Order: sequence, then C-alpha cells, then structure tokens
Amino acid sequence: MTATLEAPAPAAGEIPSFTVTLRVRRFNPEVSDEATWQDFTVEAHGTDRILDALHKIKWDEDGSLTFRRSCAHGVCGSDAMRINGRNRLACKTLLKDVNPDKPITVEPIKGLPVVKDLVVDMEPFFASYREIMPFLITTGNEPSKERYQSPEDRARFDDTTKCILCAACTSSCPVFWTDGQYFGPAAIVNAHRFIFDSRDEGGSQRLEILNDKEGVWRCRTTFNCTEACPRGIEVTKAIQEVKRAMITRAF
Amino acid sequence: MQTHQYDVVIVGAGGAGMRAALESSKEARTAVISKLYPTRSHTGAAQGGMAAALANVEDDNWEWHTFDTVKGGDYLVDQDAAEILAKEAIESVLDLERMGLPFNRTPEGKIDQRRFGGHTRDHGQSAVRRACYAADRTGHMILQTLYQNCVKQDVEFFNEFYVLDLITDHDLTTEEIAAGEEVNATGVVAYDLATGEIHVFQAKAIIFATGGAGKIFKTTSNAHTLTGDGMALAYRRGLPLEDMEFFQFHPTGLAGLGILLSEAARGEGGILRNSEGERFMERYAPTIKDLAPRDIVARSMANEVREGRGAGPNKDYVLLDLTHLEPAHIDAKLPDITEFARTYLGIEPYTEPVPVYPTAHYAMGGVPTNVQGEVLRDGVNVVKGLYAAGEVACVSVHGSNRLGTNSLLDINVFGKRSGRAAAAYAKTASFHELPADPAARVVAQLDEMRNRPDGERVADIRKALQDTMDLNAQVFRTGESLNQALADIRELQKRYRNASVQDKGKLFNTDLLEAIELGFLLDIAEVTVVAAINRKESRGGHYREDFPDRDDTNYMLHTMAYRRPPEASDKAEGHVKGFFDHVEEFDGYKVVLGSKPVIQTRYEPMERKY
Repeated sequence: MTATLEAPAPAAGEIPSFTVTLRVRRFNPEVSDEATWQDFTVEAHGTDRILDALHKIKWDEDGSLTFRRSCAHGVCGSDAMRINGRNRLACKTLLKDVNPDKPITVEPIKGLPVVKDLVVDMEPFFASYREIMPFLITTGNEPSKERYQSPEDRARFDDTTKCILCAACTSSCPVFWTDGQYFGPAAIVNAHRFIFDSRDEGGSQRLEILNDKEGVWRCRTTFNCTEACPRGIEVTKAIQEVKRAMITRAF
Repeated sequence: MQTHQYDVVIVGAGGAGMRAALESSKEARTAVISKLYPTRSHTGAAQGGMAAALANVEDDNWEWHTFDTVKGGDYLVDQDAAEILAKEAIESVLDLERMGLPFNRTPEGKIDQRRFGGHTRDHGQSAVRRACYAADRTGHMILQTLYQNCVKQDVEFFNEFYVLDLITDHDLTTEEIAAGEEVNATGVVAYDLATGEIHVFQAKAIIFATGGAGKIFKTTSNAHTLTGDGMALAYRRGLPLEDMEFFQFHPTGLAGLGILLSEAARGEGGILRNSEGERFMERYAPTIKDLAPRDIVARSMANEVREGRGAGPNKDYVLLDLTHLEPAHIDAKLPDITEFARTYLGIEPYTEPVPVYPTAHYAMGGVPTNVQGEVLRDGVNVVKGLYAAGEVACVSVHGSNRLGTNSLLDINVFGKRSGRAAAAYAKTASFHELPADPAARVVAQLDEMRNRPDGERVADIRKALQDTMDLNAQVFRTGESLNQALADIRELQKRYRNASVQDKGKLFNTDLLEAIELGFLLDIAEVTVVAAINRKESRGGHYREDFPDRDDTNYMLHTMAYRRPPEASDKAEGHVKGFFDHVEEFDGYKVVLGSKPVIQTRYEPMERKY
C-alpha cells in the first residue's frame, strides 16, 4: 500500500534513474596515516540525495565507508560535509542538483580533526558553543506564568533560533581554518539568538566573551558561512549585528 | 574496559532524557549516555506543537484535553495517566518558556496556540486551539532549549556511546520471581563508538529514554537511528513490552519518501484531496474533517487510494492542498515543511498541492511503566531502580492512537517525573553488586559479529524486514498478511545469525553498530507482529480488515508480550483463555502474551466518531 521511490510522481518531475560517481575522501588511521580518494559508481533515482548514494555504497559495496547521519531530512545536523567543494548537508543535497555528469567529490568538513572518512571530531566545535553561554539568563523571581514577549520582539531573533549546530558555517570559514581558536560563526549565531532575545539579561556577558581576540572581530565578512548554512540563516548578518551591539551597547 | 559509577544513568538524550537529566542532576550525580550528540536526537524533528490547555486564545481546560486523549487513544488509554498528562501539561509548557523556549506569541505577547487533530472543545464540539508552538519547528526548539539548559546545569554527557545491555540482579528470562521479591536494575553496558571500547556504568537508578523504532518500516518519518534499542534490550532481559501492535502511521508523509509534513499544515487550514479534487475527509469525519485523529485520517487516505481515487501516475497518494492559504501565512507558520516539499519533491506549495501518503511515525507501545516512570516487570511489580520515559515507554497515555502534540508533551511530563523519581530513589538506595563480568554478553556479541567471516549483508536483511512490514503490517492488516510478516521475520531472524560486517576495525565502526541495530529491529518487529496477530479487533492504529470492529468485551486490555526460553511456561500474567494466551515459537525461544487491565476513571468507552 506504500507509495514507493520506484514510482515518483510526474508532478515531482519525472526524472529517470541515472548512474553517478562519488569521489570520496577516505581516511582510516587503523589502516594508513594517509587520506586517499576513492571513486564509487552507483545507480540513483531522481529524488536521491548524496546521503542515499553514500548509503548505497555503504550497504551494497563497502561497509567500512564511515559517515554520520540520523534524521535524513535536514533537521538533525549530523551529515554536514564538503560536497563539490561546498559545505552542505548530504541529506538535503539532491544528486541531480550537483551535476551528476561529473564525479561528485565528497570530503569531511574542514578545520576539525578527521576521525575516519567523513567523520570529524566535533568536540572543539561544541566547546566553542558552550563558551558563549547558550542559555537564557534572567535575574529576579521566576514568573508564575509565561514571560510575555511581543511578536515583534520574538521576530527579532527568529532567524538565529533555526541553527541545528551542524558546523557547516564554522567549517566553511577561512579564519576558522587557519585559527581553530576562533569561536566561529555557529557560536556567534547562538550568542545572537540570546543577545537579541528581549527576555534575556546576559547580553553584556556574552558580548564581553565575544569581544575576545578570538571573538567576532576576527570575522572577515567573506559570507562563506551564510552560503553554507543549510537552514538559510543570514549568518554574516547576525555576526555584523553582534559587532554593532558591541559598539553601541555599554558593557 | 572502563567502569563508572553514577547515582542516575540516563540512556538517551532526546527530549525525555534531557528533561529527566535537568531534574535528576540537581539532586543526584547523573550521567546521560547517548548514541548521538544530544542535538541530533529525533525530538528535533517534531514540528507542529505541544498540547496544553493554557486557554491563551480561547476557552479550554485540562479535562477536555484528558477526554480528547482518552477518546483519541480509542479508550485503551490509562485514564489516570492521561489526567496527569493533561493537568501537568500546563506547567510543562511554562517550564519550557522559563527555560527560554521561543514560542510563537499572540498579539498580547502570550504563548500562541493552534488547532491540531483530535483536540476539541467541550468533548468533541469543534476543534480547539491547544497546541503551543514555535513555527513548525517546535521539537527543534524543545530539543535546543533542553540542551541549552543541560549546558547551563553542566550535565555530564557520554556522546556517541551505544548502550547494548541492561544489567539486573535476577535473570528474568529464566528465573521464577516470587511476588513481592525485589528485582533491581544495577547498571548498563555501553560501547564507545569513537574508540570501540566497552564501558560499564553501575547505577542506583537507570532511566531509559531511547525513543522509538520506526525503522522496522520502510516508509517512515523516523531517523535512521531509531532502531528500538531500549525496547529490545528490556525485552531481551525478560521484561515485557506493552501494546506493541499499535503503531501510528502519520497521514502526511511526503509521498515515496516518508518525510514528515506536520499536521499543523491542516491545523492552519490545509485540506486533503483525492484525484477528483474532493475533500474526502468530509465523508469520514464530518465534524472535524481533516483534523480527525491520525489513525482515522491515515486509514481514510489509504482507502481513497485503494478505491482508485489516488493521485499521480500510479494513483498511489493523495494531495495536501495549501494553495488557498496566503503565502505570507505559510511562511510564518509552516516554513520548514514547505521547504521540504520544495527540496525533496520540487513542489511549490504556494501553487501546487503536495503528494502525501501515510508514513510510519510513532510507537504507542513500549516498555510498561507506572505514572512515576518505574518500569514494570509484569502487570503489577516494578524493577527497582529502572525507569523509562518518552516513546520507549508505555504509560499508557496514548492508548491505541496518540494525538498529535501529545508526544512532545509526554516527553516533558514523564521525563520530568521519571527524572525526579529516579533521583529521589537514588538518594535512598545503595549500589547493587554487578556480576563478575558484566560486559561478557556484549563483548561476546560484538566479537561474534565482528569476526564472523563472509556472511549475509546486514542491509539485505534489513531491507527484507522493512519491505514485509510495509506490505503486511501497515495501515491495513489481516490475519493472513500478519502471518506472512511473521513467517518472514522468523526466516530473517535465522538469516541474521549469519550476517556479517565488512568493517572489522575498532574505530568509529558504524558498520558493526548497524548490524547490532538490525538485531534490535528484528526483535521489535517480531513482538509487534505477534501482538497484532493476537488482537482480533480494530482499535486506533491497529486495523484488522478481518475484524473491522472494536471489541471491548474481549480486547479492552493492554497486551503484554514476553520473550521466554522454550521450556518456560506458556502462561503469562493476565492470561485470558482464547484472547490473551497466544504463544509463538521461534528458533531457541518463544513469545508469550499476557495482558494488563486498562485503568478507567471517569470516561466510559463510547463509539468513536468525529
């Protein structure tokens, strides 16, 4: 009774199956200290994503191919990787949209230590996130009901609430590549989410943290982060707003 | 091998696990063990909202919410638990707001609320605005907010650790435990994905919050990682699973893909249409139409397709029509799901209807617990120190069909309760001794899987399982189709013993873990199908074409399924001759069914009409 992939809707665009080659960056420290490229050719359907192709390789051909994934529709943030030189989520990138006529390169995101194949050590990324105090800070008594917030005040930080911590932005940032100490766009986005929340009272502490030499001033406004964000967050704009707040708000 | 000691160990870092951690870590030394980074958990994929009778936008109260939950679950709901759910919903939402959750707001600045399936004013009069929400990413906001507060409270996490065994001081699979005799949970065994090392966690209290098992089906809204780990571990250790035959199929999965499109789409005015453009839900649920509970909508959709009114070249889906809504309204209230339609099907929901079909979504059943979250080892007695909350658990607030927005609620209410109860218990309890080699079973299992030379591919067995479940145990079921599924599962359980992995390494071996997860899936599918064969009636998410009516005389009972050795008794607690006495033999063990009474407080079962 189930609609199946083998029968895509015409409304969805009738795209026949095709073959595609993935050129995958492989690294397994148990085998070799060197990373290598390996080509895999798989059959794909019109609605298949990079993640589907990776699964086909792993499930039918080479079980040792290693990558993270979970939700498979762009909300959990597990499968950020560098696809044809651009950071994207493998589960949100359709093969047909990245020119399947040529081999598609798939590499781990840059700037974080590679653990195995497409898996990187995310700990430094989460450590930066934790440092900016990513939680609501309030003083005084807890209200017995909800805090009120106008729809306008709520809209002020809506964009940065969308972050899924996939690290696509931070690992696309040339400053982060050369200086792993830099907080990076994702941490700043999450600081922004609270700095511009009318309920929060910890803005000055966060601004002080980000005024550090590894803070927002290292941003060179290259817009890589905005381009990389799979959630469509205007990351560079958020960073600029944090910079502006630093100048205009006394702390 | 490393050994750790904590007062409370929480397995799983989704909504229920982290909500529990926020309570227990205040009172007791707590560790959270999670197979994913916490923010990757599938709570984050929940979209539409969290129900609570705040009455912020229209008249509402928790008693109406309780009634809707009981009726929505086709009266198999334990009504004492549903009452707690609806009553504590209000504080749970306010808790989240105080933690910082950015809810959508009314013009006056209160938490905004919207309509959702099965939630009504005054016992079914009309749809009511009860779902508190943050656009169509409410689950994302809940998961982020809970994680943020765990960071604030410095909760200790073990990320990408897979719990592969539960340790108890009695072997419940073989021992006869006298009534009143204590059985204690003493620890868990975990596998560190990054290093391949085994970690033993000794604990006074353990909370299972491992989520669901949607990957037993092919078409599902669930993450790849939702493989029923916690349920299967409990089941293997001799604990019962409750009401596993009830699986929810969410009406609006993207056709062919199963990706969830929130019920909020219909809550905001979206309409389901068949190939003739007809709003067919008017025929099936004249009062609340497209906002009928999910089981009814899913069945109606499948019926439209079956009777030849499906859309598309193969007439195998129906259409979710949002084209009459203002694009600005869609952008404000449903931004993510409309983007899914664009990204994955190339459909523009402003102007084109979206192809949808039911997708396996939620396990109503699970590890049985009481309202404190304590896990039951039969119909009555608990396992001391063992708790469960969220989708892994069965309280049972969802009965045979969960209402939309009640799961984000469930994880918050019962996550909080179990966290508190576990911490309170840990304060009074002492550690129980672990067996001499607590990790022996896990080490043997992993070594065997890793070292087995050339066998069958894990992916082939998994695909066969998912295919038979979709074909034979989905929205429409018959005795024949279920027996076919059972025969297939028996065969696949045998084949699984010959499955092998290609990656033989220690580091980040996801090949090995997928093989272990397949074992969990097979066990969950097995118990789901056995319970479904036994229940010869139609109720909520379980629809038997050969028994299309609800049968309160014989089946107003929770199913309790136990796995036992072949030589053990065929009778389980709640044995009812002819109805809850089913036994299925497998190679090396059997599944024995018993039952548990449904707790009824103020609502008499009625015919379920909407």
